[in-house]
Amino acid sequence: MNMQQYNISDNNFEQCIKCTVCTVYCPVVPVNPNYPGPKQAGPDGERLRLKRGEFFDEALKYCLNCKRCEVACPSNVRIGDIIQLARIRYSKSKPSLRDMMLANTDIVGSISSTFAPVVNTAVALKPVKSVMDGILKIDKHRTFPKYASQTFESWFKKSAQPQQDSFKNHVSFFHGCYINYNYPQLGKDLVKVMNAIGYGVHLLENEKCCGVALISNGLIKQAKKQAKINVAAIRKSVKEENRPVIAASSTCTFTMRDEYPHLLEIENDDIRDSIELATRFIYRLIESGKVKIKYRDAAKTRIAYHTPCHMEKLGWGFYSIDMLRNIPHVDLVVLDSQCCGISGTYGFKKENYKTSQGIGSSLFKQIENSAADFIATDCETCKWQIEMSTPYKVKHPISILAESIDFEATRDLNK
Amino acid sequence: MNLSSKNNEFDIIIIGGGITGAGTARDCSLRGMRVLLIERFDFAAGATGRNHGLLHSGARYAVTDKESASECIKENMILRKIARHCVEENDGLFISLPEDDINFQSKFVESCQAAGIDAQIIDPAEARRLEPSVNPNLIGAVKVPDGSVDPFRLTLANIIDAKAHGAKVLIYHEVVGLIQEQGRIIGVKVLDHKKKETANYYAPLTINAAGIWGHGIAEMAGIKIGMYPAKGSLLIFGHRVNNIVLNRCRKPADADILVPGDTICLIGTTSSHVGFDEIDDMKVTSEEVDLLLREGKKLAPSLATTRILRAYAGVRPLVAADDNPSGRNISRGIVLLDHETRDGIAGFATITGGKLMTYRLMAEKATDLACRKLGIDKPCVTMNEPLPGSRNEEEIPQKKTYHLSDRIKRSTVGRHGDMASRIASENEFNNSLVCECEDVSVGEVEYALGELDIHNLEDLRRRTRVGMGTCQGELCACRAAGFLSEAHNCTQQAKNDLARFLNERWKGMYPVAWGEALRESEYTQWVYSGVCGMNKMEEK
Repeated sequence: MNMQQYNISDNNFEQCIKCTVCTVYCPVVPVNPNYPGPKQAGPDGERLRLKRGEFFDEALKYCLNCKRCEVACPSNVRIGDIIQLARIRYSKSKPSLRDMMLANTDIVGSISSTFAPVVNTAVALKPVKSVMDGILKIDKHRTFPKYASQTFESWFKKSAQPQQDSFKNHVSFFHGCYINYNYPQLGKDLVKVMNAIGYGVHLLENEKCCGVALISNGLIKQAKKQAKINVAAIRKSVKEENRPVIAASSTCTFTMRDEYPHLLEIENDDIRDSIELATRFIYRLIESGKVKIKYRDAAKTRIAYHTPCHMEKLGWGFYSIDMLRNIPHVDLVVLDSQCCGISGTYGFKKENYKTSQGIGSSLFKQIENSAADFIATDCETCKWQIEMSTPYKVKHPISILAESIDFEATRDLNK
Repeated sequence: MNLSSKNNEFDIIIIGGGITGAGTARDCSLRGMRVLLIERFDFAAGATGRNHGLLHSGARYAVTDKESASECIKENMILRKIARHCVEENDGLFISLPEDDINFQSKFVESCQAAGIDAQIIDPAEARRLEPSVNPNLIGAVKVPDGSVDPFRLTLANIIDAKAHGAKVLIYHEVVGLIQEQGRIIGVKVLDHKKKETANYYAPLTINAAGIWGHGIAEMAGIKIGMYPAKGSLLIFGHRVNNIVLNRCRKPADADILVPGDTICLIGTTSSHVGFDEIDDMKVTSEEVDLLLREGKKLAPSLATTRILRAYAGVRPLVAADDNPSGRNISRGIVLLDHETRDGIAGFATITGGKLMTYRLMAEKATDLACRKLGIDKPCVTMNEPLPGSRNEEEIPQKKTYHLSDRIKRSTVGRHGDMASRIASENEFNNSLVCECEDVSVGEVEYALGELDIHNLEDLRRRTRVGMGTCQGELCACRAAGFLSEAHNCTQQAKNDLARFLNERWKGMYPVAWGEALRESEYTQWVYSGVCGMNKMEEK
């Protein structure tokens, strides 16, 4: 028997041929010399860690998990996953109180929503900011997203839910923490748009935070618990109710599709294709002719689109971009695809502030030179970062679509 | 003792810079002799650097060769003490598979215990827990104190200590003749390969420690040693599949040892006789690769789906027992030949046979003989005296906040033990990497170039692991050649050396060049010929 044809490596990291293009595309490397870069932290480091776990390097915490290394890799090495898994397996540093607070977006969110006016005022106060900076190590330059006093879920149940069964098509909506606690308006926009094109929108039977922040802060057990609840709810929606699941956040979508099986070992093969980003879902309906849209007349608007990292990894930036381009009054410029630097909770941490702003600086410059009226992006944390670091407002493509649609005419077209 | 101050006169000349020669040079210099060691290539360039790197417990020989087994376990325990930085205390398992006779196990354990080897039968489930990569179908397992030993480090540590005690060491010097006077060997004629000059060196005693090449050295004196070159081929895998040495619990056979060593693991070996005309250019055949993989995956099934880095072969210096020159009674034991009593030629002795494991004992026996011949009355101390690198505990920072230098430190301490304190790591440049796969820093390369007798990239590889990782020189060779060119102040020489080094790397990859290894070597070729223009350079 010729063994050669059978000896093919099963070890993903062994597919690396050391071309180092991942390190070229890593946003952290140029600004933080203490980060060894994806090649060394990933496939190279993996060999050393397999030799002895003590070769784990705590500098791996500087990885943003942006996955741009994976997009760049010509050999299909899941470099970002290798790094995150190494952190999960080997890291000895325990998540701090701050990390737990930042990571538990839905627990903190539900408390903060209840006391929204107090919390919003308090976290904006200088003395509070410097206490958070000094004690919690949450950087004082950061602006906290405001909490809404009414969550999206409670609005939906009261004002939208009763009408949803009347539509002929149906989707479930994974709203995520940001829409629920901070910005219900985006969720309202989505419901409005979906209803206009003939789709009823439903909540999942049970929704927990997707867990991306728990993963990046090392709270894996909890992430797994929440992921299991989400996967069960999505499975019920897709398999029993025949409702695909859409989300507005590129990161939530990416996490549930890819991080669940790769990092949390939660299988989602049977439902992965039915977890979609709202812009892609809508774009494909329009493209296939199943849905028609009547746009309102409006003055020309110049919009610059920023491609979030996880959008790049999904490979779906195209859908949001073309969906916006289809709007007659929109003059769309696409910014160079690069990381804005915040990477969820990463940029909130004092020790990462400099790196975070360093990474984003060329994007901010490009935005300032874009002559756009405002910026569009599918990621909420990119929005915070860009709004904090440039004078520009940032809107979600779904909100832009909602502003551009003639609802009555569209509703009639899709009856 | 001869106290002449002439710089070509010594008390003892040792031929061969493998582990036996290095160990003998150390022992002799510790016992006060003026030592000259001559090696035609580099330290550990022959069989020393071409084996499993297994720190035998002796269990493998327990049933068939009790003497070797008890030698092994004694030396095993000594090396753990004196060569801590060269040894990994991994332990070993001897596993029985359904196709093996489980009754062999009890005989095996009895023989181990008789030889003083702590062998314990453990439950197969326990074996799977200890070593998850082990063949899950195993029906029996015995735990023994095997381990791994890095032959390059071990040889180098002996050389460093020999030099510290006054030994003169010449590498890239080849013995081309033995100088005889009235029936005794009084010195050697040596060709300096770098300068292309010959010179004579004199000593009342010359020890032939040249391994399989010792056959030819002895012939220079008209002496016949019944040596039988036995080729053993091995495969290196890209990473560690196992952390415990895996052996088969049966009579020693082909490809039945899987040893984790540093970043990789090794399966071997085959065994076949080769001619003396082949010993300088061993090639691994595809039949051997097949055999190694087929048998290897019985020890650890995941080997079948693990990337292979390279294949290589070494030559065991097997010696026919002296009274039986027919070659039928081949021993792996230590053979010390006093050619004065054996062949009537005084001033000449051969130390051969043996194993990497028992090098220290071989050196002790050879040095004892030298002491008798030279009238020196000093006891051997090498069983107690730690080697350089294993003398002090080198501290590795365990801070929560870390710095790049901490990581580099961990790797350099792993390779050089307490000698790592000589490696510069103060600034970013010192800590930047030459070899990314194996974590070899600029500081380490500069230390090696400055202090460790380096003539070319191959030497550098053996001292530091530059080029031993997955990329097999793709990224590091070029950088290392830059440092070499600076150190030797000659660009052309470094360029030629770079080409040689890459060809040598390719030689080891060729037998396993498929899949990712082939893709990577294609990429390497593209980098070196397409980007660096090395193919043009060759033509000039």
